[in-house]
Amino acid sequence: MRASDRSMKWLIVGLVLLYAGLLLLGPLVAVVTGAFAEGAGALVRRLSAPDAVHALKLTLLLAAGATVFHAVLGILVAHVLVRDSFRGRRFLDGLVDLPFAVSPVIAGFMIILLFGRDGWLTPLADSAGIKFVFSLPGMFLATAFVSLPFTIREVMPVLEQHGHDQEDAALTMGASPWQAFRRVTLPGIRWGVLYGISLTFARAIGEFGAVLVVSGSVAGLTETSTLFIFRSLDERDAVGAHGMALMLAAVSFTLLMAMELVRRRGARQMTKGEEI
Amino acid sequence: MIALQGPATGGIALPLPRDDTRRAPLPWGRWGLRTTAVLYLGLMIVLPLAAVAQHGLADGLGAFLDDVTQPLAIEALGLTIGAAVVMTAVNAVMGTLTAYALVRYRFPGRGLLDAIVDLPFAIPTLVTGVMLVALYGPQTDVGSWLTARGLPVIYAKPGIVLALLFVCYPFVVRTVQPVIHGAEKSQEEAAWTLGASGWTTFRRVVLPTIGPAILTGSMLSFARALGEFGSIIIVAGNIPGSTLTAPVYLYQQVEGDNTGAASAISIVLLALSFTTMWAIERLQRRGEGPRARV
Repeated sequence: MRASDRSMKWLIVGLVLLYAGLLLLGPLVAVVTGAFAEGAGALVRRLSAPDAVHALKLTLLLAAGATVFHAVLGILVAHVLVRDSFRGRRFLDGLVDLPFAVSPVIAGFMIILLFGRDGWLTPLADSAGIKFVFSLPGMFLATAFVSLPFTIREVMPVLEQHGHDQEDAALTMGASPWQAFRRVTLPGIRWGVLYGISLTFARAIGEFGAVLVVSGSVAGLTETSTLFIFRSLDERDAVGAHGMALMLAAVSFTLLMAMELVRRRGARQMTKGEEI
Repeated sequence: MIALQGPATGGIALPLPRDDTRRAPLPWGRWGLRTTAVLYLGLMIVLPLAAVAQHGLADGLGAFLDDVTQPLAIEALGLTIGAAVVMTAVNAVMGTLTAYALVRYRFPGRGLLDAIVDLPFAIPTLVTGVMLVALYGPQTDVGSWLTARGLPVIYAKPGIVLALLFVCYPFVVRTVQPVIHGAEKSQEEAAWTLGASGWTTFRRVVLPTIGPAILTGSMLSFARALGEFGSIIIVAGNIPGSTLTAPVYLYQQVEGDNTGAASAISIVLLALSFTTMWAIERLQRRGEGPRARV
């Protein structure tokens, strides 16, 4: 390496590390410091208060619900988009990405339009006795909307790569389509599914805008963890806001690390599969 | 939060021939699956979007234009687009440099950097806002130091750009990284063996290869930035006419029960981001861009 290139290397590396440090690492350290500002005891006390525990439970419940919902329907849609062929398939494929481009506030607003006063679906919901606005079903829909693409988009390429030769063989040998799917296809795409549902879960945990609009944020009732943080900031409860923020960041970070592990194992399994 | 890489494919989607001729083992089962998929996406995506369109245009085009051309709405939209443009420019440069450093250089902290690039995908955007205020807020050491020098970040426009930079950091890095990885290092080596400087090599050899990837990543960050809400509502201060972005303005309209105005702003935001997404899709279909998904 010439001297000029070596200095260019350290210029680029220095600039990048400074940038990432100021943008990502610095704020992360600051929120940890903020959470422990009044000691670990105060942090634990704040996060074990009933409103905090309720908010955390509600977040996990909504995220788990959305994840299960999309695990089932996401695999189904991915299967249809990859294996089936019909007019409008491409259009359907394009629809899947739209929630990525929709602001969370709009996502929440759409649910209010559908289920609020004079909404298209209000009579239907009323006759079923389900209340959507300012209540859990609406919050579930909001969470489900923003996290819709992840499972489908992760499962599709894996399903394509897996092919359908083995599935066909199983069918030829007399397996029912469901047996072929459950015993042959599903094990083959399991890493993709696992990765997809982790992403869905991570996205669902962090949802704020859509849930804020739909929920009415009543503490201890329709308040999720992100809404808890928002209220804590408003009430100048620094330990509560920073503590819950740290908690969510830790959960997401752990998920991210686990996903990286899944990705590596999936990649390894794929190379092994190619050798056979 | 968004993924650019498939788990098992390492980001590369292998196109397999689609099998159209295979007979369905159970036609009614296939129809059942197809109908479920259509209903699911129709109810979850098409119906809500149709509701927004209907409410926004219900009182005619005149009312729609009146809502959109309210001074506060115009300023909010302008701020959102302006901040997204500034962020996209900075992000394109820094994201490309980051990707280049990660692939081509070995340096202490490289592993850590590679891991934390994805942090913004994982961390809820509201938490991002809290984190940025914790470091750059007016009550902190860093924040008061900056304010004393006439450069307040939080509750001012730079804070909005900062939040967007945080949220969108991974897009350019993760779209460009695999392309640099796949590019022949020997071409770069040949260029500087022939006497080209590092900068010339980068500009004449590396940049043409990774250009489309930079464009795709930048457009993805732009589309993402238009709708950003969680981090901005915390960081911006939301002063009407000054630091009030379009999504926050929209939120206020929804809270104030101004359905018409909220629908109109939604339509404008949706049109902007759908157009960007469509352009990305076109870019990828022409085979000039890498296959990256939002």
